[in-house]
Amino acid sequence: MLETRPVHREEAGATADPVISISGVEKTYATGFQALKRVDLTIRRGEIFALLGPNGAGKTTLISIVCGIVNASAGKVVVDGYDIASDYREARSRIGLVPQELTTDAFETVWNTVSFSRGLFGKPKNPAFIERVLRDLSLWDKRASRLMTLSGGMKRRVLIAKALAHEPSILFLDEPTAGVDVELRQDMWRLVRMLSETGVTIILTTHYIEEAEEMADRVGIIEGGEIILVEDKTALMRQLGRKQLVLHLHAPLQTVPPVLEKHRLELSPKGTELIYSYDTNAERTGITALLRDLAEAGIRFRDLQTKQSTLEEIFVGLLRERA
Amino acid sequence: MNWGAVRTIYASEMGRWRRTLLQSVISPVISTSLYFIVFGAAIGSAIRAIDGVPYGAFIVPGLLMLSLLTQSISTAAFGIYFPRFSGTIYEILSAPVSPVEIVLGYVGAAATKAIVLACIILATATLFVPLRIDHPFVMALFLLLTATTFSLFGFVIGVWADGFEKLQLVPLLIVTPLTFLGGTFYSIDMLPPFWRVVSLFNPVVYLVSGFRWSFYGKADVSVFVSLGMTLLFLFVCLAIVTWMFRTGYRLKQ
Repeated sequence: MLETRPVHREEAGATADPVISISGVEKTYATGFQALKRVDLTIRRGEIFALLGPNGAGKTTLISIVCGIVNASAGKVVVDGYDIASDYREARSRIGLVPQELTTDAFETVWNTVSFSRGLFGKPKNPAFIERVLRDLSLWDKRASRLMTLSGGMKRRVLIAKALAHEPSILFLDEPTAGVDVELRQDMWRLVRMLSETGVTIILTTHYIEEAEEMADRVGIIEGGEIILVEDKTALMRQLGRKQLVLHLHAPLQTVPPVLEKHRLELSPKGTELIYSYDTNAERTGITALLRDLAEAGIRFRDLQTKQSTLEEIFVGLLRERA
Repeated sequence: MNWGAVRTIYASEMGRWRRTLLQSVISPVISTSLYFIVFGAAIGSAIRAIDGVPYGAFIVPGLLMLSLLTQSISTAAFGIYFPRFSGTIYEILSAPVSPVEIVLGYVGAAATKAIVLACIILATATLFVPLRIDHPFVMALFLLLTATTFSLFGFVIGVWADGFEKLQLVPLLIVTPLTFLGGTFYSIDMLPPFWRVVSLFNPVVYLVSGFRWSFYGKADVSVFVSLGMTLLFLFVCLAIVTWMFRTGYRLKQ
């Protein structure tokens, strides 16, 4: 879509070249509410970074500071080597922002509003590029429609088109799929991957964990205005992910037999399932010993399944730990 | 300078005007024409000439000034208030655009609209009253300075307002009364001495007086004082706008 050099995901994601450096950023609003407490974060060139956090955690404030909408109370942000305060033109020209709210000029047409966005960045007119962006976002047929006549999903696409109109190399998506239907969500994910393949760095905030799980290279978790964790997604899931073995029993049990106590099994409320938790990274998972002890105890099962912790469970676990 | 952004904001604002051209042009032209008919042709014929200028022609500069002030203020105020209200201001703030460029775009468009309307009203006036312009360049200068100054003032109101009703508050409660009491329909020399002195505290007196001088060579106060006061108000508005961007007042948290 964008006129940038095609980059392989591995090549792009693997580089540790920082494209955004956030150091010591704090924000206290005029009301006295401290939205951010000394945030340090580095975004790597070409990666898809998911910033997770509950509502009010500081995700939008952090994005707004980087994009120039909110002034930081303290700290420094450097975008592609340019300070966002002293070199704001260079810094902002690299960034596209898709805001969380569906904020559009109701009376404008799709074509005009997207062209307006390109013009704001001082880029010369390029109808062919705008057409390509609109076609990619399935907006071409709506180019002459006024924004007030569009559905919420279509408006969301328009906001993305506006953010892409000046060919940014960094794209912020603030809760891009909040309140959109499944089809549009899939479309968004496809678009994000497509952009990523052209070398665009993507930072998305979400509280839909599956979104981060589906797309992100790295995950940052923000809570109470503090980044509490930044980790490679697969490493995070590997490190913090617990796996469970669920055994569906032939005959229900009242209690876990004493001979199996050492395996720390959980019994489901109806007594029909035994659940064994283990660490996938451990040298010995204990599964062989468990199955042997089950056979010796004469406990038969008709089915078994294993289950990996989702990012959501990891996320909830982390927040609980801090509470 | 990001001239592309200035052009884009300017063109977008002018486009908004084009979309509502009918009510934007017809409404002020009709209301000003009514003034010309009532005060100029009807009542005016019974009023003696002021400083040798027939009453109908005498009120033309004041009415033009009234239209110029209200249009400049309301267009510029709405222009910046609407993106604040709809939330699309995020786009302006996150673009590589400086405050000067933002102001040039919005204020430039508002001033252009006000000047174009003033020219249409001036042309309409010639249909009702005999008109002459002794100093066309000074008139053009006053048009430009007043439109720019009050568009800046409108921009300030648009940033300050936190509701649509406040956008109308200042033009209705301050600007219109000041214009009516600022010598639009009379020369302040016709007032008793006390009220003449009070009138000198009304900034619109200087605008109307200077503007009328450019038409008929007659003024309540020296044209240089008028020019000086217009420039002073321009600098006050510029200072407020600068302060608003420096502090982020109601634009940036």
